[in-house]
Amino acid sequence: MNADVPEAPIGGGTESTPGTAALLQVRDLEVTFTTDAGPTVAVSGVSFDIHRGQTVAVVGESGSGKSTIAAAVLGLLPGNGRVTAGTVTLREQRLDTMSARRLQPLRGTVLGLVPQDPMTNLNPTATIGRQLIETLEDTGTASGAQAREAATELLTEAGIGQAQERLRAYPHQFSGGMRQRTLIAIGLSASPELLVADEPTSALDVTVQKVVLDRMEALTAARGTAVMLITHDLGLAAERASHVLVMYRGRLVESGPALELLTHPRHEYTKRLLAAAPSLASRRIQIAKQAGAEGAVEGADLLSATDGRDQHVTDAGAAPLIRVQNLRKVFPGAQRGLFGREPDVVAVDDVSFDMHRGSTVAIVGESGSGKSTVARMLLQLLEPTSGQVLLEGEPVQARSQREEIAFRRRVQPVFQDPYSSLDPLFTVFRTIEEPLRAHPFGSPKERAARVYELLDQVALPQSMARRYPAELSGGQRQRVAIARALALQPEIVVCDEAVSALDVIVQSQILHLLADLQERLGLTYLFISHDLAVVRQIADHTCVMEQGRIVEQGPTDVVFDSPAEAYTQRLLAAIPGRDLELAVPGS
Amino acid sequence: MTSTLPAAEPPSEPGAPPEPGGADGARSAKDSQHDGASLWQQALRRMRRNPIAIVGAVIVAAFVLVAVLAPWIAPYPAQATPGRDLIRPTLIPGPSAEFPLGLDRFGSDVLSQLIWGARASLIIGVVSTLLGLFGGVALGLLAGAFSGWVDTLAMRLVDLMLAIPSLLLAVSIAAIAGQNNSSIIIAIGVVQIPIFARLLRGSMLQQRNQDYVLAARSLGLTRGTVTMSHVLPNSLGPVIVQATLVLATAVIEAAALSFLGLGGGRPTEAEWGRMLTGAQAELALAPQLAILPGLCISITALGFTLLGESLREALDPRMRRRR
Repeated sequence: MNADVPEAPIGGGTESTPGTAALLQVRDLEVTFTTDAGPTVAVSGVSFDIHRGQTVAVVGESGSGKSTIAAAVLGLLPGNGRVTAGTVTLREQRLDTMSARRLQPLRGTVLGLVPQDPMTNLNPTATIGRQLIETLEDTGTASGAQAREAATELLTEAGIGQAQERLRAYPHQFSGGMRQRTLIAIGLSASPELLVADEPTSALDVTVQKVVLDRMEALTAARGTAVMLITHDLGLAAERASHVLVMYRGRLVESGPALELLTHPRHEYTKRLLAAAPSLASRRIQIAKQAGAEGAVEGADLLSATDGRDQHVTDAGAAPLIRVQNLRKVFPGAQRGLFGREPDVVAVDDVSFDMHRGSTVAIVGESGSGKSTVARMLLQLLEPTSGQVLLEGEPVQARSQREEIAFRRRVQPVFQDPYSSLDPLFTVFRTIEEPLRAHPFGSPKERAARVYELLDQVALPQSMARRYPAELSGGQRQRVAIARALALQPEIVVCDEAVSALDVIVQSQILHLLADLQERLGLTYLFISHDLAVVRQIADHTCVMEQGRIVEQGPTDVVFDSPAEAYTQRLLAAIPGRDLELAVPGS
Repeated sequence: MTSTLPAAEPPSEPGAPPEPGGADGARSAKDSQHDGASLWQQALRRMRRNPIAIVGAVIVAAFVLVAVLAPWIAPYPAQATPGRDLIRPTLIPGPSAEFPLGLDRFGSDVLSQLIWGARASLIIGVVSTLLGLFGGVALGLLAGAFSGWVDTLAMRLVDLMLAIPSLLLAVSIAAIAGQNNSSIIIAIGVVQIPIFARLLRGSMLQQRNQDYVLAARSLGLTRGTVTMSHVLPNSLGPVIVQATLVLATAVIEAAALSFLGLGGGRPTEAEWGRMLTGAQAELALAPQLAILPGLCISITALGFTLLGESLREALDPRMRRRR
């Protein structure tokens, strides 16, 4: 918790109408964590109701306390956390004061949980069937052969085919989406009245996310289960929930019916969240286009240099700055036994595209589609199996040290994870200064001046220079990474999922920073992302990748407004909040 | 800052998240002194708050102090046998006013022997650990920095060394190197090389795939620079921890080798392991002769182990939190 930022004004924490007793009533909840630095209040003054069969979303960025609320409701606060004030009432029973022994039988049968990370929340050494049947038997729902039958039925309902055989499978044989659907099946196995889903899909690809959420919606609707959906994506919350609670720094700043909140946000933070959410921004662009009011698209929403129209439509004669030709990368299969080999993996297959100076080319695709491999080959960090990259018509060769350095000065990367892309032993100053030292750049004094100039460009105060990465927030780290990339005044910056690991408001700030830098320094971006909504905002030209191939490419407007390929259409349909009615200024 | 700030992030807006930089101007000067805390400094701070680390440090410091000050605090010179006239074949006198911890078979004062022995044992422990550390780091660095045949060759060498039981290897080395203290040091040091090498290589392979290494390579740094200034420093943590743990076992192994009679030197020359060897003949007559050096060895090893364990805890990446 950063204590040196003034506290936010508190909006109305609303309680729904009295009368019918709510399934879950939370009143003035305060949760305190005891840490080395003394007690920290993580959540305070939170009140809300969830009625039977209702879906309520809790939205907020990381550290806002949304997961703490879920843990408090489930009685699963970590050892150093306590409910220090307020009440949690489920079916007129106080949960916050209930002993663990009395709470335990309620779990599963009354309270269900779908945890966040499908990769770590299944026991890797037990079969799917055992984990499902175990839950069914422990909650007393079914036993023996009956439990087996119920488990098969649950898996089928969760949308997993051949459930009978799949019961014998182990978690590692399931994909991420299948695992999350299994976790939903486990969470629903004893037909709880309230299902708490803590970021159930944030670790999944967008198309998988849609399938999983659709399935969860169908299952809970059929059972009349109330759902408390924790998410950071306001668009997703608005699409899936009838009521939305907005959390900010441990407080409930706004709550209300989802659509009302979207159209008439009252609190400053909700407005910021609305403006920042890429899914909503792309929807606003879409609505404005349909209304024929293209001029009405807010500058804040569209960040691409050419407003989404492709650059080379306007200057068709100009040669591209970078031309990627028939790139192909084959990873040899893993050794199996002494002589055997797994079949080779074709990660990237025949990928070609052009990048024009000052424009942004985006590559979108789901995980495993090969988009990062393309980025690494373009950066000459990975040798292509065949094909080549032409920089101003010349094939890029990094065979000699000199050629490599010449190339590196012109093309720089920004990586996804701001926590691993900075050397933890280097101060911010040393991190940004390093490229200047490596490519001799003036005297130490001039280098220092350049470092401070770069910090200024990425809107970081000079006092940051002496800090270590561990002392910075994710957004600050990403700014440092951008400053380092810009140190050598490159022409091309490759952003490999550069904003994917950031909270939505920080993400929007970094996107604006990138757009602003592009305009001022004439940069060319290759923007790799799995998030179509972000791509919609920033790219001029979009390439859609599926299984190593570019299935569709063209000006962003064309790709998004009239997608030709079924795969692109599926990707687009999966952006949360596609059908929301949003207020668009000017229309 | 305001001139370059993109329009979309007014920092003074109420409810703005701590981004970018938050209200840094408000941080006090005292606070900012802590800003320059590197990983190691942070680990040190964390260790100062850990009672286990303090116990370990106190034990180690006490023994080091005794070893350094041996000439001044030992009641008798290193090889003196002041009580030789009191020794009978069936009688070895226990503690008395003159000899607080009694005498040994040759009439040497046991307290003085233990104090002088601290010197020999600690030197053997520290020097052999350093030998193992440098040898292992060199080999591990080779393997970790160059993949391909260099790596394969280095690691097969390590496998070969690990295939032989370490004590057996040390005994063979000591037997070849001759009967003196330096042969024990070499034997124990060489035995540690493969462990350090393997540890460093594993740690380097892990760091090599981190994005900051890719970023450094993209900056156009040479492979050597990337390895020496990024990969190696970040990989050293587990190796340093291992070194403190090896220090503990080195003291014990030195004792074991002297116990087996491989240390050479005169029987009156003080060294804990040799004292243990000498004591076995008189175990029934004077058990304290075995117990006292044994205790010294165990306590020293315990001190180094506690220190090593708490260092590992302090360096644990999962403990690195944002301030």
